[in-house]
Amino acid sequence: MSAHTSAWQRTARTPLVSRLPPLSHALAVPFPFALPRGLAPRRAAALPRGLARARKATLSRGLARARGRVLLRVFAARTADTSPAPAKEQRPPPPSHPVKGPRGPRIVKIPTAPLLVALLAVLAATMMVAVSIGAVTIPVADVWQIVWHHLTGSGSAADPALDQIVWNFRTPRVVLAALVGAGLAVSGVVLQAVVANPLADPYVLGVSSGASLGAVMVITMAGGALGGLGVSAAAFAGAMIAVALVFVLGQTRGRVAPTRLVLSGVAVGYLFLAGTSYLQLQATPTELRSVMFWMLGSVAGAKWNQLGLVSTVVIGSTLFLALFGRQLNALLAGDESATALGVDVHRLRAVLLVLSSLLTGTVIAVAGGIGFVGLMIPHLVRLAVGADHRRLLPLAAVVGSIYLVVVDLLSRTVNRPNELPLGILTALFGAPFFLWLLRRNRSLDAG
Amino acid sequence: MKLTVDGLHVVLDHQPILRDVSLEAQQGDIVGLIGPNGSGKSTLLRAVYRSLRPARGVVRVAGDDVWKLPARAAARRTAAVLQDSAGTAVGLCVKEIVALGRTPHHGLLGRDGADDHRAVEEALDACGARTLEDRDFASLSGGERQRVLLARALAQRPKLLVLDELTNHLDIRARFELLDLIRGTGTTTLAVLHDLDLAARLCDHLVVLNEGTVAAAGPVLDVLTTEVLREVFGVQAVAERHADGVIRITYGANPLAIGRATEPLTSAVPRSAPAPATPPAPTTPAPTTPAAPSTVPPAVPHPAPSVAAVASASAAASPSASPPSSAEPPTPPPTEHEAPALG
Repeated sequence: MSAHTSAWQRTARTPLVSRLPPLSHALAVPFPFALPRGLAPRRAAALPRGLARARKATLSRGLARARGRVLLRVFAARTADTSPAPAKEQRPPPPSHPVKGPRGPRIVKIPTAPLLVALLAVLAATMMVAVSIGAVTIPVADVWQIVWHHLTGSGSAADPALDQIVWNFRTPRVVLAALVGAGLAVSGVVLQAVVANPLADPYVLGVSSGASLGAVMVITMAGGALGGLGVSAAAFAGAMIAVALVFVLGQTRGRVAPTRLVLSGVAVGYLFLAGTSYLQLQATPTELRSVMFWMLGSVAGAKWNQLGLVSTVVIGSTLFLALFGRQLNALLAGDESATALGVDVHRLRAVLLVLSSLLTGTVIAVAGGIGFVGLMIPHLVRLAVGADHRRLLPLAAVVGSIYLVVVDLLSRTVNRPNELPLGILTALFGAPFFLWLLRRNRSLDAG
Repeated sequence: MKLTVDGLHVVLDHQPILRDVSLEAQQGDIVGLIGPNGSGKSTLLRAVYRSLRPARGVVRVAGDDVWKLPARAAARRTAAVLQDSAGTAVGLCVKEIVALGRTPHHGLLGRDGADDHRAVEEALDACGARTLEDRDFASLSGGERQRVLLARALAQRPKLLVLDELTNHLDIRARFELLDLIRGTGTTTLAVLHDLDLAARLCDHLVVLNEGTVAAAGPVLDVLTTEVLREVFGVQAVAERHADGVIRITYGANPLAIGRATEPLTSAVPRSAPAPATPPAPTTPAPTTPAAPSTVPPAVPHPAPSVAAVASASAAASPSASPPSSAEPPTPPPTEHEAPALG
């Protein structure tokens, strides 16, 4: 290989946008770019100054690499070439402290507001489609008309049967799915930051096992045992008892240590699971079936009258938690560093844990133990937009909504006329995704 | 601005960690905090950056008692670069990491303004990290990370910089680059350093902590005496200003053999040497001193000749020819060094 070629390869190995998913590379680059190698050096001369400098610096160290890899990097370099971003990188570094040219993954930013608006539009569209599909398929236009009529009181009333299906059955269900998805995603984001553990999800503090025990008690003991509490109320109470227990065990002198908290959550979870399992053994097959269904989660029973409370809790706590974006970011730097940044780490933890537990408890009370959403959506969104919580929280909420609306749609269409519990489908998609995530996440290699 | 630590007592789990520690740093001074592992250096820093409340005593930054200020107000005065951030691998880009430095300047509802952007960009420029601004922090090398974390601290626009082992695990060039950056900030700095050579180069003053008390404090050469190096750090070494104006530390051929070495080691290198110290005693990073002086076995069965060889270079200049006094090392004259009871 000639010196030119290897120099070009070195230049091309300067990856500017390697964090972009492969698809966007393909979109951003005209395809017939696999030039004959002899042409390459001329191309290199047209690169921006910053890159040319990097090339010069690495000229002598050039080593031939596998050709496939070279082409991939060429895409990366070209993408940067056509974008306006490099203007800043050409600024010469301060002379006394030379820093090598850019290399390694870069995070590409789309401004938050437009992204949020676009995702909200996607959510609205998904919800319309989800309402229109079912045992009776109703055109989206009709759905829109009915919803519009109910929301504004204007327009003509539709066929009462259709109106009944759309407004009284499907819309509350889809809205609840969206709220539950948002709540779980937000809670997952917050808990992952607060306990500094990428495996944390909304149930890490024993919420789900507590809620399960409450729900199972009501289902198997015919309600009377808990003074006539409904399943939702009992689940909420169970969740709060479990979380309170975890807090008490996980703190020392009012301070919450993340590791102790997580381990306490696991232990309390097992404790409640023992009770749940025992009750399940005593249950009749019918009861057992409804227990299973509850534990795997469903939004099938959604009613308008329960949405008021749920939407208040979910939207309210999401907005409130979003205020803590900056503090959550500081927490990523480590407890001591966050303290030095003026964050009262212990109080922040306590506030966030209480809020996210309330949020999770509310969601699980109305929808059962839907797994994986709260683990996977935060990771997915973090990979896509980075870990700045001021972006991450609202975007994760909307993406979680979209995901759960879609999953709910699938749960009632893939096996018609039967419905599948949501937990089965979220895990069916969630588990392979999560494994893929574990495989590709370089930061996990070290640990 | 001035930093004053006065009569600081810190207790952790009923154990006194710091006892009556006082120190001072004038505006623009770089004060190095040195001492063996477990001597209370990081604890002192924690009391300064308002993480661990002292049982008694005050910490004043620019005149204000930081423990009487609200946390955010204190963090606008004092910025810290600590070791817990170095491993951050969380999908924040460099600019976002540096922007964390603006945290104490905002409440819950605060939004970034022009002033924040300017502070971040100035900090990036000051640390030569502008070219890194879009990079994922997790992808940076160790030296680049510390540079970025220093930029984060500068973005706080602090009056006092607190640095905990900033140069740990870095290659030698990165260390010197960081020293340059720190000196270039012009900010009053309190820095914990393990590498005594770097400490001697960087700092205007040194404070030696040993077992929770100040064992010595003052200008570098006044502090890094052979006695202090022996009693506190447990090594046989000498610090001296070379002809090029740089203070270097020369370790004995067998730096651990202090039980035998009753005479202080002086010059192993001719004072006129223009170049850095040469082979016999390369300026290695300070060894992590394994034990407090009292626990160093007094009679290490090392071959005496090696010690003698080094010591002989010191000619007759040392009057302190005490006999190899069994378990306790000789008490150092200048300081209130306590015979420690436990490690």
